[in-house]
Amino acid sequence: MEYSIEEVMETVKMTLYHNFDIRTVTLGINLKDCIHSDIDVFKSNLYDRVTNYGKKLVAAAEKLEEKYGIPIINKRISVTPISLIIEACAEEDAPIQIAKTLDWAVKDAGIDFIGGYGALVQKGMTRADAKLIDSLPEVFSSTERVCGFLNVASTVSGMNMDAVIRLGKIIKDIANRTENGIGCTKFAVFANAPEDNPFMAGAFHGVGEPDFSLNIGISGPGVVRSVVEKNRDCDLTALSGVIKRTAFKITRAGELIGRELASNMNVPFGIVDISLASTTKVGDSVAGIVELMGVEKMGAPGSTAALALLIDAVKKGGAMASGNVGGLSGTFIPVSEDSGMNAAVKAGALSIEKLEALTAVCSVGLDMIAIPGDTSAETISAIIADELSIGMVNNKTTGVRLIPVPGKYAGDYVNFGGLLGETYVMDISTFSSYDFILRGGRMPSPITSMRN
Amino acid sequence: MSKYLVFITVIGKDQKGIIARISNAVFRHNINIEDLNQKVMEGYFVMTMLVDMSDSAMTIPELKKELSVIEKEMGLSIQVQHEDIFKAMHRV
Repeated sequence: MEYSIEEVMETVKMTLYHNFDIRTVTLGINLKDCIHSDIDVFKSNLYDRVTNYGKKLVAAAEKLEEKYGIPIINKRISVTPISLIIEACAEEDAPIQIAKTLDWAVKDAGIDFIGGYGALVQKGMTRADAKLIDSLPEVFSSTERVCGFLNVASTVSGMNMDAVIRLGKIIKDIANRTENGIGCTKFAVFANAPEDNPFMAGAFHGVGEPDFSLNIGISGPGVVRSVVEKNRDCDLTALSGVIKRTAFKITRAGELIGRELASNMNVPFGIVDISLASTTKVGDSVAGIVELMGVEKMGAPGSTAALALLIDAVKKGGAMASGNVGGLSGTFIPVSEDSGMNAAVKAGALSIEKLEALTAVCSVGLDMIAIPGDTSAETISAIIADELSIGMVNNKTTGVRLIPVPGKYAGDYVNFGGLLGETYVMDISTFSSYDFILRGGRMPSPITSMRN
Repeated sequence: MSKYLVFITVIGKDQKGIIARISNAVFRHNINIEDLNQKVMEGYFVMTMLVDMSDSAMTIPELKKELSVIEKEMGLSIQVQHEDIFKAMHRV
């Protein structure tokens, strides 16, 4: 036999016992050629494009699940940033009409989320960008499956603080219109947002992309956890080595499935995102891996170093396995979606300040964090500005997905349901940055951006 | 015609007739056994069978459905996966 029984069983055990799956296959679709001066024709073009390819994606993905015996959890669509395609619409309510059309289209296609309801405003806003931003509270409270993003900072352009000011108010407005503020879970704010990210809520199909692009998000905290568990006594160099080998294998599986899916759908293959994406399942937690590495509770001193080592090893293994690594490719540390992160918050081991530090070395941001409902809009803006500064200055992606839960205070329990998980409201500093934030303007790009 | 190679893996308690019943099922559907390996690993009986489905009218999900009867009756866990996934993960 060309393969040893141990090799075959290693693969089988990953899916049977360690929750190995393809977390998402996300088809990026260009919508620019759907634009029409008559909004009804425009909507009809959008509906047809999205349902047609959405149905194809679901059918093709299911076939590959059966062929390889590896579950593909989410089938999703990302589209051209919507602010770009509503430029020519005269109707004041065009953004909301488009959002509702996309919501219907993905529902009819059997797709759970569509990403791209957003804009890139790091340097300034067009009128269409402003219209789209104003529509966000209504969109996230009246649609089910539409996800959105705003890129408000980049290393090259600096940070649009006028947009950051608006966002504080908008995030509170979205929260107040939805139960437990759940509308905020569908919206992410970024610095240096990648154009090919397959993961929601921040996925969109960038302007540098072709008509279609099939991007794949692998997963595997459970698989990495099991190798860390088996290597309790080795030093950190050796531990990095075993994580690297595991990351190589799961990335290869992702690349195989992604390429075949793209080929079967007759669309170009885009990227493999090698982010470790946790779920609410016990054993599928990134915090759990850090704790098995020897940190008593996620958030304790040593957590930042452990997480840095973890994702560095994942990146090295992933980069060896695929020439198309892209998207976010960091570690996700969403608080409510990761049972270990959540337990650390409950135990008082993990603060929002430590989360911010963790995002400096490897992760992609402050994600799925419940904060008190009475947090001021300016404080929300200030948290966004802090987090995005890390991305802007260090030439990396950072994002923010905060949920100010109406009527809840620090320590209160919140259940968002399903994959969004449950969490405890985090304590936020009550000292104010009001005057700093309200200065507005554009934070200049860092000196490190001048590379030419 | 090129081969369509698929791994059937079985995990469970060792008992009489596992290989006989699976071999019989694949034979009935014109599937050729290319290789077979078995071992006790971590206290469980483990068998991997590499089969060629190129002469069979059956698809992987149909074979899996057929084997699920044996899986239930004998209290086993049976996986059916195309060989390419093993090649991708274990061969550079």
